[in-house]
Amino acid sequence: MTPYIGKPINRVDGVAKVTGKAKYAAEYKAADLAHGWVISSSIAKGKVTRIDAEAALQLPGVIQVFSHENRPSLAWFDMSYKDQDAPPGSPFRPLRDATVKYSGQPVALVVAETLELARYAASLIRIEYEEEEHETALEHNLHRAREPKSGVATLLKPPPPKPRGDFEKDFRAAAVQVSGTYVHSAEHHNPMEMFATTVVYEKNNKLTIYDKTQGAPNSQLYVSQVFGIPFKDVRVISPYVGGGFGAGLRPQYQLFLAVLAARELKRSIRVSLTRQQMFTFGHRPACVQQVSLGASAEGKLEAIRHDAVGETSQFEDYTEIVVNWAGMLYPAQNVTLTYNLVPLDVYTPIDMRAPGGVTGLSALECAIDELAYKAGLDPVEFRLKNYTERDMNEDLPYSSKELRECFRQGAERFGWANRTPEPRSMRNGHTLVGWGMATGIWESMHMPARAEAVLTVNGKLRVSSATADIGTGTYTIMTQIAADTLGMPIEDVIFRLGDTDMPLAPIQGGSWTAATVGSAVKVACEDLGKKLFKMAQKMKQSPFADVKLDEIVFENAHIRLKADPSVAVSLLDIVGTNGGRAVSETSTSLPNMLEQRKYARAVHSAVFVEVEVDEDFGTVRVTRAVTAVAGGRILNPKTARSQIIGGMVWGISKGLEEESVMDHQFGRFMNHSLAEYHVPVNADIQDLDVIFVEETDTIVNPLGVKGLGEIGIVGMPAAIANAVFHATGKRIRSLPITLDKLL
Amino acid sequence: MNSFSYARPSDISMAVGELVTHEGAKFIAGGTNLLDLMKENVEQPNRLVDINRLELSAIEDIEDGGLRLGALLTNADTAYHPVVESRYPLLSRAILAGASAQLRNMATNGGNLFQRTRCYYFYDLATPCNKREPGSGCGALNGYNRIHAILGTSDQQPETTCIATHPSDLCVALSALDAVVRVTGPKGERTIPFADFHRLPGDEPWRDNTIQSGELVTAIDLPAKGFSDYYAYIKIRDRQSYAFALVSVAVGLEIEDNRITDARIALGGVAHKPWRKPEAEAMLVGQMLSEANFLSVAEALLAGAKGYGHNTFKIELAKRAIVRALKQAAKLEPAS
Repeated sequence: MTPYIGKPINRVDGVAKVTGKAKYAAEYKAADLAHGWVISSSIAKGKVTRIDAEAALQLPGVIQVFSHENRPSLAWFDMSYKDQDAPPGSPFRPLRDATVKYSGQPVALVVAETLELARYAASLIRIEYEEEEHETALEHNLHRAREPKSGVATLLKPPPPKPRGDFEKDFRAAAVQVSGTYVHSAEHHNPMEMFATTVVYEKNNKLTIYDKTQGAPNSQLYVSQVFGIPFKDVRVISPYVGGGFGAGLRPQYQLFLAVLAARELKRSIRVSLTRQQMFTFGHRPACVQQVSLGASAEGKLEAIRHDAVGETSQFEDYTEIVVNWAGMLYPAQNVTLTYNLVPLDVYTPIDMRAPGGVTGLSALECAIDELAYKAGLDPVEFRLKNYTERDMNEDLPYSSKELRECFRQGAERFGWANRTPEPRSMRNGHTLVGWGMATGIWESMHMPARAEAVLTVNGKLRVSSATADIGTGTYTIMTQIAADTLGMPIEDVIFRLGDTDMPLAPIQGGSWTAATVGSAVKVACEDLGKKLFKMAQKMKQSPFADVKLDEIVFENAHIRLKADPSVAVSLLDIVGTNGGRAVSETSTSLPNMLEQRKYARAVHSAVFVEVEVDEDFGTVRVTRAVTAVAGGRILNPKTARSQIIGGMVWGISKGLEEESVMDHQFGRFMNHSLAEYHVPVNADIQDLDVIFVEETDTIVNPLGVKGLGEIGIVGMPAAIANAVFHATGKRIRSLPITLDKLL
Repeated sequence: MNSFSYARPSDISMAVGELVTHEGAKFIAGGTNLLDLMKENVEQPNRLVDINRLELSAIEDIEDGGLRLGALLTNADTAYHPVVESRYPLLSRAILAGASAQLRNMATNGGNLFQRTRCYYFYDLATPCNKREPGSGCGALNGYNRIHAILGTSDQQPETTCIATHPSDLCVALSALDAVVRVTGPKGERTIPFADFHRLPGDEPWRDNTIQSGELVTAIDLPAKGFSDYYAYIKIRDRQSYAFALVSVAVGLEIEDNRITDARIALGGVAHKPWRKPEAEAMLVGQMLSEANFLSVAEALLAGAKGYGHNTFKIELAKRAIVRALKQAAKLEPAS
């Protein structure tokens, strides 16, 4: 029985969020709270030679100015600074020494009695630098590209597969060829909520930390290791996150600064970043890609070469999977995929929604469109002709893949059959209309996680896991899973998350939370059910004394005999036999690696987009879009649809508007405000439609779900670029497609 | 943000007096730009003189058939006022093309005149900017200058170089309408023709306008001629709302028997002030409504335009926008 799973249940945290009851990291109060203000470096590379804080320190109410000059001694080794998402290298350590490694680096923290005072004091501090030459331009440094170092992170981000066949030979001989260079700049996540940490300095020197993070346990690990505090003395709490998009996968520097100041001053402190400072840490890396494709005269894709060069910092090798997708999506026999890095004087990039996937597919799916045109085939027909049931990189079958059905249903909903293929053939006055499409893919991952399920003495089910809900709907779907597993009415189920006192869960990323934490919640509830069943068997005159577990069901807060539903014991009565105590069970869910390794596992999508382009001005609007997703079992069509729509909106952003512009004179991102860093406004978003095609998958995880966090964005930018080509006849290979590129 | 004192005078002379007696004081009305600038330490007034209690929100007819807009009337109340909508629809269109509904509800007409440039370098204390810090240089000249000026720039001397633009939409329409700015200062009242209100950077890029110390804008007078039959406002930007103009064009025409009898064209997003060129406008007078005529006016308006790399596209874009706006104003094609 699944009365809740698969139903469009409203968000259980919705009311708290829209009424302001949901509290975020910077909203927690503490007695005697001090406030920190971060000072950011104005140069990209060099040394701090002097910090003149005298005027600031003289202001009544200014408590201290922390910098490398007065930083206490902390952990020595890089290992201690490595969080769960640290790429290979030497993590950035705030205030470590006078060295400036990138523009915007935190160089001092002012602490004062009020936020306003700290901010004012910061403006009085004079910092002198000795500047060195910096390198921040990826495109001017491609000759320095090298292979990424490998490390623990490589497990989740495998390097490209070895070449197969002979690309060069086959490409030269191909009847139809395309080749192009694709570029995009850096992007910053810019969630609504700024990064912030409130450290509550408890009696006996313990710390309770409210942090903006996509994984409370990750922040706890970092603080514990860096500051040498036992785990039990650091509790990190993060029940609500005002958007993460990957930026919260690693502890950000305000956490370090707040903890440092709290420990030195032995009082509670809050450090919150400004919008400008949201441009001073991890970002989606700029990337330059080269794609060459060769096909037979009939449109059979035979040769693929996809080379990508991404930026990273001078201290860590951040990598993402940019080029592997070609080998997963297309069955060509001659394939060469390469991925290299150029270290620059910037902060280490960090995963941003569909990291690498949206980057790679924005190039690959654009090239596929171009090839389809050259081969004289409709883009959908071309993809069907080059369909694969196997991941050719691993040579494994997909555990499920209903991409064909995505093409069919998406095309039908969109009205693709009415398209006239010739570019500039669909016009309305000054407006050129274009229809384009693309494929999307993202891996379906499953990690180990733990959860606790508790049946309280008054018969409520309380389930918890130290995961996060960055707006994805985790609270809601976990509540549904728990309710269905133990046959409870949903209003009697409470799911809690974001607290290191709860059972461990991985950071929330990679679209793995529904599968990972969902499986843990299911197992914990099943285990609790077994325990309750055993207790029921021991009750006086129990009707279940001789009954086996598979002969009963959990339904309407009762255990019932399948054969005779009138034979039932209520869960409330069972817990009543426990001497006035709740009944609880904590369980671990591990992926079935033996079975999973026999298959490739991925979520797929087909994206169809209509654009209108002003022929004189080059302005582009996405007037409608349809995304059809094959995402396994859909736990909640409402939150799932929101996930996909959010991804589509961001795809429009990436395709048409969004970029962090670096001025290489200063090695500094210049459009660091939401007035100048453009993301779509309501008026930019028209008609978005989502289809979930039927897909059953018994391999991917016990719930049969595939994560939906990333798949909504991956195909959008390419579909938009392809629609722009159809509208204008111009193939734009650099994102975003701003109007100047079409004039 | 610095520490500042605050005053809330109840009449105009007290307000003016505040600025005379406190060097470094600034008026604040809607605060939609000033507060942002203060947060980033670009502006550091030591005293804020809140003028919101002054009675400057009226909208009234004036003797020669024109209309007086109070300085404290909000952008939203101006744009949706029935008299403005019927007699000066160009002004309504321009206002509603700017900012967002929330900002237009706060921002005042007087304040809009003092809106400062959106140049990234002006906003970022880590970079040089002659407008913010005289003599420090111009980061934009060889930097990221996509939103910057192509006309009337100052680019010869490093210490006075400035290629910033004035970001307002409202002012582009006011410029086309030949509005007059009324001010009250320590020496009494005076009026400033709109064309003389804002200035080009010249040798003093830190000066945006010709207002004198202590002067307060009290009203903006619109002359009788509102071009309500033939007008257009086109704004080209990177998204559909809440973005500053890359190029904007305000056009007002008078047409008799298919011939143009009067023409006004003002450009936004291309210079340190709304860009007018009366001799180019005069080329249209007596002419037929034809694309060829419109194109030659566009060429004349952009004569001498200079791109700096990222913004070079604006030259061609502005010409196309002018032609489109003239066609729309002349009703040769529907308004967009």
